[in-house]
Amino acid sequence: MNIDWAALGSVFGVSLVATVGLVTLFTLGITGLSKQEAAAAQGGSAVLARTGAYACFALCAAAVAYGIYLIVV
Amino acid sequence: MEHITLLLAIVIVTALVFDFTNGFHDTANAMATTISTGAMKPKAAVAMSAVLNLVGAFLSVEVAKTISSGLVQEDGIQPEVIFAALVGAILWNLLTWLVGLPSSSSHALMGGLIGATIASIGVSGVNGGVVVTKVLIPALAAPLVAGIAAFLAARLTYKLGRNVGEKSSEKGYRAGQIASAGLVSLAHGTNDAQKTMGIITLALVAGGALAPGSNPPVWVIVSAGLAIALGTYLGGWRIIRTMGKGLTDLQPQQGFAAQTSAAAVILASSNLGFSLSTTHSCSGAVMGAGLGRKGGVVRWSTATRMFMAWGLTLPAAGLVAAGAEFVARQGDWGIAVVAVFLIGSCAAIWFVSRRQVVDHNNVNEPEEPAAEEPAGVVTTAMAAVTPPPAGAASEEPAVAAVPAQTGPVPESARQAKATV
Repeated sequence: MNIDWAALGSVFGVSLVATVGLVTLFTLGITGLSKQEAAAAQGGSAVLARTGAYACFALCAAAVAYGIYLIVV
Repeated sequence: MEHITLLLAIVIVTALVFDFTNGFHDTANAMATTISTGAMKPKAAVAMSAVLNLVGAFLSVEVAKTISSGLVQEDGIQPEVIFAALVGAILWNLLTWLVGLPSSSSHALMGGLIGATIASIGVSGVNGGVVVTKVLIPALAAPLVAGIAAFLAARLTYKLGRNVGEKSSEKGYRAGQIASAGLVSLAHGTNDAQKTMGIITLALVAGGALAPGSNPPVWVIVSAGLAIALGTYLGGWRIIRTMGKGLTDLQPQQGFAAQTSAAAVILASSNLGFSLSTTHSCSGAVMGAGLGRKGGVVRWSTATRMFMAWGLTLPAAGLVAAGAEFVARQGDWGIAVVAVFLIGSCAAIWFVSRRQVVDHNNVNEPEEPAAEEPAGVVTTAMAAVTPPPAGAASEEPAVAAVPAQTGPVPESARQAKATV
């Protein structure tokens, strides 16, 4: 019997980092959009917040694309 | 398609039935949180999941070359052993669906294979070490890994997103949930439809209709993909309800955290060489995310029932499969008896399920309060199964674990008695 603790450990590590990282990015993206909306409501605009939000979402989309790549290959 | 004997045809049909139950058993994994948080309408959610399962079935060319990952000896495995294993796995899938508990379809299949192999060539055919490393440890690890990740992620998203406006939050988390649920569906189609293709291919090779080592014919790929997609589309609403509403109450933030964690764990585990069950990961993620909100609770009674079902999966499917194998190898009439037993039990379970229908209309409503007189049911079951035939014996623990459910035992026990 040979339990591959290293593989299990890396699954744990990778899952944890990926989940927390992605959720953080996504939440930051939503926060940015929300700021932009609030600013727009007052007639202004928050370019930085909006750009940051889009950057976050782009990274999330890249992660999803990488996930699909992992499934296909 | 020449040389397909009747037995082989039966095995193929049974494998597709298993694929179908696999599909509707596992819809919950991908879609339960999406449905319960209202990110998608129930019907739309299962339709999307079905399409992605179908796509997933065609995506990967690497078909599972083994069906049990070294769990049992597959050299010279007889078609009737595969048949018996499938019978055990299908019945366990249907029974857990009836009581609305998520449990791993792969484990059911593995249990079935172990039981059928033991009945066929003895304990020597089973690799005990692999049972621990591929089944027991992953079953403990998966919910922990996914749960911890989902817990932290849910905590974080509440903390970081506390100033987010209502509108952007609702829109954002909905999109996030749909994306991660889609990923889970796709991965499921690739993994699980391939498993069925592997089984059918193995049976074709065993029956001499295909040369050893050949890839599955196109009709196998198409039918396996369609079976799992159809199962997914019909939706195991009972299990979706348990996962989405029964285990804990989820808000969109939590649903997103749970679904992302599940997708990450599934992809990481299948690519880093330590495969974890989709079902176990998803259930763990849901519970972790449930605890991740301030004041969030996990309904431990439901969780305990689920854990018990996980523990019983292997022995229960194994016992049914062993009984089925014992009867099936008596010859043609034995196989006929097992086939009739399978059809009869499926019909019985379906009739019992009609007593309390769960479908897309009431999937988000809370569970009915527990049914009455559990003690009486168990007693009746005991009476019905003495002397216990192999097939019925395994159905007993399921009821012991879930005393709230009435019905299935007396009926299926009677079935077993009549046929075995």
